[in-house]
Amino acid sequence: MSKIIDGLYYSESHEYVKVEGDFGFIGITDYAQHELGNVVYVDMPEVDDEVTAGEDFGAVESVKAASDLMSPVSGTVVEVNEALEDEPGLINKDAFENWIIKVQLSDKSELDNLMDAAAYKAMIGE
Amino acid sequence: MTEEIKVTCLHDRHVAQGALMSPFAGYDMPIQYVDITTEHNAVRHKVGVFDVSHMGEVEITGPDAAKFTNYIFTNDINAIKAGQILYGMMLYPDGGTVDDLLVYRVDDNDYFLVINAANIDKDVAWIMEQAKNFDVKVDHQSELYGQIAVQGPEAEKTMGAVLGIDTTDLTFYTFKKLEYDGKTIIVSRTGYTGEDGFEVYADPAIICKMWDMLMEAGVQACGLGCRDTLRFEAGLPLYGDELTPEISPIAATFGMFVKLDKEGGFIGRDACAQQKAEGTPKKLVGLELEGKAIPRHGYEVLDGENVVGYITTGYHSISLDKSVAFALVDRAVGALGNTLSVRIRKKVFPATVVKKRFYTPNYKK
Repeated sequence: MSKIIDGLYYSESHEYVKVEGDFGFIGITDYAQHELGNVVYVDMPEVDDEVTAGEDFGAVESVKAASDLMSPVSGTVVEVNEALEDEPGLINKDAFENWIIKVQLSDKSELDNLMDAAAYKAMIGE
Repeated sequence: MTEEIKVTCLHDRHVAQGALMSPFAGYDMPIQYVDITTEHNAVRHKVGVFDVSHMGEVEITGPDAAKFTNYIFTNDINAIKAGQILYGMMLYPDGGTVDDLLVYRVDDNDYFLVINAANIDKDVAWIMEQAKNFDVKVDHQSELYGQIAVQGPEAEKTMGAVLGIDTTDLTFYTFKKLEYDGKTIIVSRTGYTGEDGFEVYADPAIICKMWDMLMEAGVQACGLGCRDTLRFEAGLPLYGDELTPEISPIAATFGMFVKLDKEGGFIGRDACAQQKAEGTPKKLVGLELEGKAIPRHGYEVLDGENVVGYITTGYHSISLDKSVAFALVDRAVGALGNTLSVRIRKKVFPATVVKKRFYTPNYKK
């Protein structure tokens, strides 16, 4: 059974947003990392890049396939998780601890379009 | 209407073992049991077993068997004796590839063809059509055989110790028939991994029994995921990616398996001769990328701003820890050492043209 954390926002494409003030930490859920298998590469944007809700901002890749990352929210990238460059498998160890990008949110009302933990849990059928 | 998906004789075992299953070539096949990297490394360093029962088998017999087989096959079966095997292709008259296959020379009037699962219907129809003017019997036998591939440096030891089959007399690309549980089976020293190994063709009940014995002995079950990473590193083509009706073996630079001067010619011979003389517009090359980004099938290859081709297969190689690919590119930019680039989503990564064989195979010649 996948780990789901209360208080985060979840997208249908299995990303989460953890909000701290005006910032959101975006990563993929535990369910997503499990479905993907061993992550061998994370394609991340650069600091100062803009991300848009519903549009891709990079990819997580297993040996076999690339899976696009869709941003659940809009904003400006203020930090990328550089540890993932050398050790992408950290996402498999703890997907919630190892966020991918930190974004300055441009429109916090977009969070209303996302699921809470209970709704996400229902969506993945657990 | 969706076509019903087929299963191999080992399907129940894969599901019971918890393999990740996925449709491939019309069959519900195991992609991985543990993970691709673990299974890949088992084959490179120890031993692993694959269910390859989806592969197709066709036997050609009769007075014209040699003449006919050579007529539909690019390699020269007169170059081998009974008990030996050749790799090659069947071609359309324009040089495009019908399939790539193995031909086992059973005796002078008996040839056993092993074809790709995805092409079984097409190949059998093609072979039947070509056979009209020859005195041969074309016998489609895919339903008779299950098949496993035991691959890796410990394959010979495993065949003996676990399955009780002595293979020390087999060299690379040879085979023998033997009795096993009262039935005739075929054992060959062949594979699709770049390692030493064997393939066994037998009655499905025997294949199931062998699988159980191998599992009990702790041999790693391997899925199609690592079958692809292993064959790719060893520079081996996959039909549908590197060889297609549009990609001839000359364009794919597998001309060594195309014997233009063999007696009697073969279908596609003249087109291949012309391609060889004039050069094909596109050719298959190896690429090595800078960085860890992974080139995937279909990604664009660029020379400066210009699109000059596409990736046919690419991975972050498990054995080399580098991002490498096969790409079909304009001949003019395909010289070894040339610098091109690959577009991976929004970024462009430099790539150098290198030899296609990324990993040096360990065959027992």
